[in-house]
Amino acid sequence: MIDFINLYLVPGLTIGSVYALGAVGISMIFGILRFAHFAHGDLMTIGAYGVLTAVWFIPLPPLLLLPFGIALAFVAALAVDRFFYRPLRKLPTIYTVISSFGVALIFRSLAQLTWSSGNQVFVPGVRPPLVLFDTFRIATLHAQVIVITLVIAVALHVFLTRSQLGRAMRAVSDEPELAAVAGLDTERVVRWTWVIGAALAATAGVFAGMDTSMHPNLGWNLLLPMFAAAVLGGIGKPMGAIAGGLIIGVAEETATYTWFSDEAFIPSSYKSAVAFFIMVTLLIFRPQGLFKGRLL
Amino acid sequence: MELTGLLFYLMSVLIAGGIYAILCLALNIQWGMGGLFNAGIAGFFAVGAYTSAIVTTAATEKHLGGFDLPIPFGLAAAAIVAGVTGWAVAKICVRLKSDYLAMASVGIAEILRLVIVNEQWLTNGSLGISGVPRPFGDTFQGRSSDIAYLTVVWVIVAVVYIICQRLNDSPWGRTLRAIRDNEASARAAGKDVDWFRLQTFVIGCAIMGVAGALSAHYFKFLSPSATEPLLVTFLVWVMLMAGGSGNNRGAIAGAIAIWSLWSMTEIFTNRLPPEWITRSSYIRMLLVGLLLQFVLQKFRSGLIPEKSPPIRFRDK
Repeated sequence: MIDFINLYLVPGLTIGSVYALGAVGISMIFGILRFAHFAHGDLMTIGAYGVLTAVWFIPLPPLLLLPFGIALAFVAALAVDRFFYRPLRKLPTIYTVISSFGVALIFRSLAQLTWSSGNQVFVPGVRPPLVLFDTFRIATLHAQVIVITLVIAVALHVFLTRSQLGRAMRAVSDEPELAAVAGLDTERVVRWTWVIGAALAATAGVFAGMDTSMHPNLGWNLLLPMFAAAVLGGIGKPMGAIAGGLIIGVAEETATYTWFSDEAFIPSSYKSAVAFFIMVTLLIFRPQGLFKGRLL
Repeated sequence: MELTGLLFYLMSVLIAGGIYAILCLALNIQWGMGGLFNAGIAGFFAVGAYTSAIVTTAATEKHLGGFDLPIPFGLAAAAIVAGVTGWAVAKICVRLKSDYLAMASVGIAEILRLVIVNEQWLTNGSLGISGVPRPFGDTFQGRSSDIAYLTVVWVIVAVVYIICQRLNDSPWGRTLRAIRDNEASARAAGKDVDWFRLQTFVIGCAIMGVAGALSAHYFKFLSPSATEPLLVTFLVWVMLMAGGSGNNRGAIAGAIAIWSLWSMTEIFTNRLPPEWITRSSYIRMLLVGLLLQFVLQKFRSGLIPEKSPPIRFRDK
């Protein structure tokens, strides 16, 4: 039981937090701009490399240097939106999907060119885990990731329900025509969607890069579970995406637990198929997701 | 000597270009005619490649088979297995809307890749399958075998082109375009939309399988890392968009144009200073990504735009 918590549940919540933060952006972009953003994983990569570069120059813990990664992800997201996505906005959204597929490759090849294609680490060395009540052994990073994600979730919830901008974003997501008629500035909403999406993507990217190591495919490999999380939570429902991300993360990790026999229920090499099966099952039986998202 | 070298370089470009042309024709059925977004091309390509390799290699302990059958059986098996895989996928995913189908197909490609890497008994895992025969491998050696293979590939391109063209001009093709352009009205006209989409997806995947088989017989060796899956998928998409989606001739033209461009840049990047050579493939990737953005914004109808086939009335 202790093993289950230490080795499956907590790592599951950690990777789930990464999925959650990425899925918020995907869900909001899908809700407001109405397309599946295939470059979101690579936006995470770009943000994470921003922090990695800052670590080389400033001797501070990587998590304190997050603003550098967020800033880089901002610039990248706003630039591709301005130059690549906005000219296609009047066309069927599938063209923007194709475009974002290309942007994913552009981001990745830029990362490979700038930061090399090998593995890099944020902070060398091993940190001792936190030991609670002599039984729970939790890596410091995992504890930090889970706590920060929960704080972000609360802040996001307050922003979306209490601030005027947050309410405008929900309005555009729920009923775009009505929102436009009511005089909401759609372009401003779109801009802020990118700002929030990019900030959370950079944060998630750094978490993922610190948990394993930094390489240019980091974000792309996380894309599928993040889509699954966004669908699970309901498109256009940021809080749903957070819950979806945590569920997918825990499901992936615990699927490899020795549930029914001495062998792993699902071999860990097939772990990443779990998210896919959850997503497809959901798309068939409950496409609006757990929290009644939009049906596009 | 220089000239013959250039000639054989040109031939290798044309062989790979032909294989890409087949992939592009297949995607044109799915996307150009049917409007189905398949982002898992590399998955079906790999299924075809492995099927044909297993069917045609000599018996071995390392992976399933080698059944040592003639190559035409390998190509047919590749089409069937890739088609059946496509059928299983389409059965579940084809009613999903475009964006969701895109996500699902990325997932499918990923799962197929996992199976290929992990199922040692089937594919020999990451060590790969070697000794895949080439057609007329006994008759021709060395460079003349390249000439023979070039002919084989382009004969198959021609066959696939004729099939695609017939499909395009047939009532079946018209129905597909009707569904693509206005699903509701096609449904109202009594067309079984899901059934048509299923057929489209299966036919496209089967052809992608044939392309995979051809690449396996060309390189004679197959491993999970032999092709970068994302690159194949992405290049085929760029080719179809640049060539003109919805037009079979456009699909072939796009494949040849983009593949020549891709190979030509290799010549230039090889002259870069050594510290840049390792990065040259990333530069090319970046350029192709930018090219796609240009095509999407300024050149959407492509080199040879879609043209509705003429409606012929029977003379009485």
